[in-house]
Amino acid sequence: MVGPLLLVMMIAPAAAVAGCLVFHQRSVAEKLNLIASAIAFAAAVALAILSAKGPYRFWADYIVVDMPGAWVTLCTAIVYLLASIYAVGYMRLLEGQEHRLWRFYALFAGFALTVLVSTVMNNAGLYWIAIELTTLVSTFLVGFEPAAESVEAAWKYIVIVSAGISLALLGTVLFYWSGSFVLGPVYAMTWTTLQQAGAKMNPALVSLAYLLVLIGYGTKVGLAPMHTWLPDAHSESPAPVSAMLSGALLNGAMLGIVRYLAVADAAGIGPLAHGALVALGVFSLIVAALFIVRQDGIKRLMAYSSVEHMGVVALGFGFGGIFGVAGALYHMLNHSLNKSLMFFGAGNVMRSFGTKEIARIRDVWGRFPVQGALWLAGAAAITGAPPFGLFLSELVILRGGIEAHYGWAVAVMLVLLIVIFIGFLNHFREMYFLPVKFAEDWRPALSRWCVTPMWLALTPLLLFGLWWPSGMWDHFSTIARVLAGGSP
Amino acid sequence: MLVTHLSPLAASIFSLMAIVSLLLSFVMLGSTWLNNYLYAFAAESWVIAILSATVGFYGGYPELYLIAILTALFRGLFLPYLLWRIVKRLNVTRETHRILKPSSSLVVGAFSVIFCLTVGYRVGQSLGLAATVAVLALTVMLSMKLIGFLMLSVRHEALSQILALLVLENGIFLGAQILVPGMPVLIEIVILFDLLIVVACFGVLIRYLLAHAGTTSSLELKRLVG
Repeated sequence: MVGPLLLVMMIAPAAAVAGCLVFHQRSVAEKLNLIASAIAFAAAVALAILSAKGPYRFWADYIVVDMPGAWVTLCTAIVYLLASIYAVGYMRLLEGQEHRLWRFYALFAGFALTVLVSTVMNNAGLYWIAIELTTLVSTFLVGFEPAAESVEAAWKYIVIVSAGISLALLGTVLFYWSGSFVLGPVYAMTWTTLQQAGAKMNPALVSLAYLLVLIGYGTKVGLAPMHTWLPDAHSESPAPVSAMLSGALLNGAMLGIVRYLAVADAAGIGPLAHGALVALGVFSLIVAALFIVRQDGIKRLMAYSSVEHMGVVALGFGFGGIFGVAGALYHMLNHSLNKSLMFFGAGNVMRSFGTKEIARIRDVWGRFPVQGALWLAGAAAITGAPPFGLFLSELVILRGGIEAHYGWAVAVMLVLLIVIFIGFLNHFREMYFLPVKFAEDWRPALSRWCVTPMWLALTPLLLFGLWWPSGMWDHFSTIARVLAGGSP
Repeated sequence: MLVTHLSPLAASIFSLMAIVSLLLSFVMLGSTWLNNYLYAFAAESWVIAILSATVGFYGGYPELYLIAILTALFRGLFLPYLLWRIVKRLNVTRETHRILKPSSSLVVGAFSVIFCLTVGYRVGQSLGLAATVAVLALTVMLSMKLIGFLMLSVRHEALSQILALLVLENGIFLGAQILVPGMPVLIEIVILFDLLIVVACFGVLIRYLLAHAGTTSSLELKRLVG
């Protein structure tokens, strides 16, 4: 059952890419991408549930469906579906791009495919290649709009991320080398093999390799100080792409860090590995807080919020234990939903007001009562206010930090979350309640395609804030045990 | 483990290749002419290809001959050709605004090699391999990494940045041949192909940069800040 589902999930976006390339038509490409995302979503839900009985391995151990991987697959598929619905409405708003939209959908489905593939890679080398491919495909999505800013963002994105990811390759080679002292010169470098061999690996070499991998994939995750590509890429790409970058890609790269963290734990360098991750998480929160407070671009605001939330997820995994890991996994899902909602709202507002500057966006509520309310609820949610999902996940992560005796990190995290809460919502206060200053270009017509996905994101977010299903909690605690080297 | 039971001749050949590659990265670091970069990069790739073949011969890994041929073809011929076409199209022959003079960057490069030697030696010692070619391999691998990053930060012409990224990868490839010759061939081949795609993507992006941003120098890409 798992094998065919996995195949369907991969073939659907691949077929969409092929279809777009054959037909060259916007209308066909839109539909194909939408159908592919719906199929991928259905398959991902099933895989996430079935993975509890796994892990399932395919193709000579190169592919694995295990619980942590399937969870990230699910987060990716959710964002892919939401962003595909939104793209139908949003991309039609771009003027003069009609004839190029089939390319957009081909790249979009291709991007989703590469992220989905990366989540099921069982070989550390192939995982690296999959992550590299996500960069190559998404670069052209970032630079899709023919503006100087978009191309500049795409260039910075590919250069910084390629340089970062090459560090991860070096780390991967060094991990292979340290494994070869235990397993012999030729072996299959799967996550389980590495974890099992971990206890006998040389701690000095593993420390070096882990730190390289952490910096490398940390660049892709957007952890500060390697985050510099993120605000540019997220703010200059079309809104559905921003949602995919933020909600899907970052989690996909975080998965790599989590898997290597498990190996580092097994190799007995846990304190260093967790400490480094916690330090990067705290630093990301500091950088995000500083830039959120003084931000004047609406999409850059959302981008720095992604740096913040990846910092929170890093803290969760860094704290470790059942609370840390469960909180981080729950946070991944909630952040994927919430950040999609935020980017959709930002895209709508940007198109309507014809600007990205917060200072020129005013009286949002008066102009879009429904959509404005959804976006404001999303803003409250993303800053960690109850009753939304992120409140619960952040609370659990904080508790994980206390259990793991990271009191200082918990204290700093708490203060910075409050700073971000005030800074972030202050921008929304200005946009919602201040009177109009500029006579702006006003284009109010937004189709249902642009608003429906906001509902689809907010509803589960509210639900997950009020009710953390016990099945999900058990699922997370099993993942925490597996990552700590125990049996499920 | 190959590095522990190498004949003195093999160890010397490996060391020679590693050092020649490192020297070639210094050539890249010290020159301002884009064409010289390109030749040095091509030569470095050929050295790595020869290294693959010798490791295959002395270590008994016949599949490394295939890797050697592919490396020579892709890294040694095809990539330099692609980059040469970009140079011709851009009509830029040298770096005009240098952030650091070539002589100063050579000094910084030399210091980073010393730093990498210390790291490599420490790691080698803790593995009981301090007297083997592993230390040199690790040193060269890490130094080429740092030199690549140095080039990325002091050079701003789009093409130099691509070459710097390729130096980063060359360093890893070189080290991997000596330290982990048994790394699955599939992965090495995929990484080679991946590199081709990377350069193709860069080529397309450079065209976009020229068309929409009007420059290929990262010094002038400063619209997005904060």
